[in-house]
Amino acid sequence: MAKSDSTNLPTVDRRTFLQVTALAGGGLLVGLSFPDVLAQRGGGPGSGAALLPDIYITIHPDNTFTIIAKNPETGQGVKTALPMIIADELDVDWSQVKVRQADLDPKYGSQIEGGSRAIPSNYQNMRLVGAGGRLLMVSAAAAMWNVPASELTTGSGLVKHAGSGRTATYGSLASRAASVPVPDQAAITAGLKNPKDFKIIGKRTRGVDVKDIVTGRPVFSIDVAPPNMLYAAFEKCSAFRGKVVSANLDEIKKMPGIRHAFIVEPAGQGNNAAVSGVAIVADSWWIANDARRSLKITWDEGAIASQSSVGYTAQAKDLAAKNASAPPPPPPAGGGRGGGGGAAIGDAEAAFKSAAKVIEAEYFFPFLSHAPLEPQNATAHFKDGKLEIWSPSQIPSLQHPAAGAGIAPENVTMHLVRSGGGFGRRLVSDYDTEIGSIARKVTDERAAQGLPSVPVKLLWTREDDMGHDQYRPSGYHFFKAALDGAGKLVAFRDYVPSTQSVVPANEFPRGFCENVWVISTAVTPFDVPTGALRAPPTNGISFVMQGFVDEIAIAAGKDPLQYRIDLLNSPAGGGPTGGFNPARARGVLEAVRDMSTWNRRGQLPKGTGMGVAFQFAHAGYVAYIVEAAVDANKAVKINRVWCAVDIGRQIVNPSQAENLVHGGFVEGMSHIMNWEITIDRGGAVQRNFNQYQPTRMAQVPTDFQVKFLQTDFDPTGLGEPSLPPAVPAITNAIFAANGDRIRTLPIGKLGYRWA
Amino acid sequence: MTYTITVNRERHTVDVPERMPLLWVLRDTLGLKGTKFGCGIAQCGACTVLIDGRPARSCQVQISAVGARPVLTIESLPQEATHPLQQAWMELDVPQCGYCQAGQIMTASALLTQTPNPTDEQIDTAMNGVVCRCGTYVRIKQAIKQAASGRKG
Ligand code: FES
Ligand code: FES
Repeated sequence: MAKSDSTNLPTVDRRTFLQVTALAGGGLLVGLSFPDVLAQRGGGPGSGAALLPDIYITIHPDNTFTIIAKNPETGQGVKTALPMIIADELDVDWSQVKVRQADLDPKYGSQIEGGSRAIPSNYQNMRLVGAGGRLLMVSAAAAMWNVPASELTTGSGLVKHAGSGRTATYGSLASRAASVPVPDQAAITAGLKNPKDFKIIGKRTRGVDVKDIVTGRPVFSIDVAPPNMLYAAFEKCSAFRGKVVSANLDEIKKMPGIRHAFIVEPAGQGNNAAVSGVAIVADSWWIANDARRSLKITWDEGAIASQSSVGYTAQAKDLAAKNASAPPPPPPAGGGRGGGGGAAIGDAEAAFKSAAKVIEAEYFFPFLSHAPLEPQNATAHFKDGKLEIWSPSQIPSLQHPAAGAGIAPENVTMHLVRSGGGFGRRLVSDYDTEIGSIARKVTDERAAQGLPSVPVKLLWTREDDMGHDQYRPSGYHFFKAALDGAGKLVAFRDYVPSTQSVVPANEFPRGFCENVWVISTAVTPFDVPTGALRAPPTNGISFVMQGFVDEIAIAAGKDPLQYRIDLLNSPAGGGPTGGFNPARARGVLEAVRDMSTWNRRGQLPKGTGMGVAFQFAHAGYVAYIVEAAVDANKAVKINRVWCAVDIGRQIVNPSQAENLVHGGFVEGMSHIMNWEITIDRGGAVQRNFNQYQPTRMAQVPTDFQVKFLQTDFDPTGLGEPSLPPAVPAITNAIFAANGDRIRTLPIGKLGYRWA
Repeated sequence: MTYTITVNRERHTVDVPERMPLLWVLRDTLGLKGTKFGCGIAQCGACTVLIDGRPARSCQVQISAVGARPVLTIESLPQEATHPLQQAWMELDVPQCGYCQAGQIMTASALLTQTPNPTDEQIDTAMNGVVCRCGTYVRIKQAIKQAASGRKG
């Protein structure tokens, strides 16, 4: 298989050091510290701040172990995977481990759940802290028995001396371990396990919260209920960022069960801001929310009220008519993957003129709402100038609730709570800003009445959630491609009138074609809040690129899978960019071909076809083959799915990895059939699942095979890369089944439905 | 208004507005947080409980309509997770975010009570109203089958 593009695991700052603290009663705390992190909180090695180690492991006298999960959990399984890594290197049994969720604290460094980065950015450090703990235990036993450490082995939380048959539990060694010399980083690195000796990493491991979930314990953000809590509902303008001019607050306050009603002023920055609105606070959330029906608000909708999807589309078409054939601007400097204003390699226009065959196509994908099943919410208590908050954020930050409450971030304490799905929605923390503001106002109003402060939970309805998202931007792509007499791709052009969508300047087939122009112009004015949805930007880009590449292969009269491989085998026009490794892309394509019945697809009955697509996303490579049947009434049945994944040499938890592949595909099905947010009068039209139908069980194929290639590359995450190519694999299968080339999503509005 | 309802075999008297949906009585008045809110309009099934043994969308059932019919929530299942469905869910590591799973398990439990050995089609029909945004359907279906066959044996 492919060779490594980096020979070693990522290196850790040399000054990283192990922190060891004895516990009264015989336990031991083991942590890691990073000078940059210490510096951030105003200290450094040797300063007072170093007395606050970022504890990851607690060794208890009864030989059980508490391991900290540093990142928030939104369903990708990091609360399980990161502690698994520590436990394996510590060489304890998983059954001896209890996992505890960290609060937000700078000592843990970045605590972000997004971009499939949790595994790549933490893998090595988690290994080091575990291995450091194990070495301490070995040193302590060596000192106790007066034998060389080299004669000792470990396993299941025990140190063993084969020569004398002695064993000692880590728990019994803990106090002694507090006084042995702390191993330095070189020693810890040398003491890392050979991956073939992993006992926990790479084993299917059940999520640590699964038992709580199947017994209905209150583990989610929406379930947080500190004593005396009140509930808030929050009414915002249907046009994005519209402002309250006036509201019938006095009437609302008189309604039964209502404790507070007030206007929330905008606070905070960008998408994380609390926008203007009216908060209603009651003893029960339903009562607060029900009172919204009696609200009479005068809104200032702002200029956005004149914007709509219809207008954006008209403008995009207009721009394309004027600009699609214009010469491209000079290529952007740097040209980061997916970023930049475009690409200009070779002379695409000249190549079109001399080509044997030219094809053109217009593609479109819509705005999407994230629609995590748990609507946005957060709980906070403002007391004595300080705010305590329980947040489901994927990028937890003290700034946002502090901005809402009008206090300094150091006066905020934040607890990270499991959330019911993220998909990128909780990369933005507007609900934290809102609850900061609401909790403070409630405390202030109560203080004026001589009442003590209480916590408040803010909960959005589904309509709030879908109507106040940061949407996956829609994309317009006007493609043109040229083939020579042999069917070889000689020119490729993508004109992108952009609604803040990413312009795919580095995307395949760039790097495999002599002439590539990617040109963009912005649609303006455009004020819809947009943001990252799972696997940005390829969640939409993959559909258009892998769809149009499929068209090119068909126009060339070639096998669409082999055509992609042939392209990957012939770098041209400067070769691949943005970290794209064609050998790995070829690897997943070949694997998915070989595990599927692709080469026998000619024998499929009429109305049944197979589609293929691959994508490089978030450092991972994923290819799908889908077999779909489409009847005369456009009812689509997905019969079978094959998926090959290359996320490097180590899958930390294969159970969760496979689950995430299923999830990516199922989400892709939602994108294809029904999901679209349209904008009218500056706001979202679709506000609940009846207008935004997610994939349901009966539609999902049970014959779903997933293969993880183990390649010699650093481990990377899988939350994101499994989604993008699912979409074009299905639309390409529909083409193979009935000859209808899908260029616009969702296809529900083209008359399609699931069988 | 006061209402007396039977939830998980215990009687509770609550003083809430008559239009208040059972979902919010369970969650906010009785503190039973296992039943979830996802849409409020009978589209997602996250709020599914059993009323009289049948799956019901608790976001749509007003408290005044519950009467004497017994209500069962996810908390009625063994807290040690020994129910065959809970066991299968644990063995197959079904959840991703986990938010939909109470609704899935309660719907599946009603199915298996009615139809101890369901076909794939019967499973699809029974479960189609319960959305899993994370897309764990493949495992949910496997888990239901595993629980059903475990019961048989
Ligand atoms: S919350 Fe009741 S069906 Fe969605
Ligand atoms: S596991 Fe997240 S919605 Fe089902």
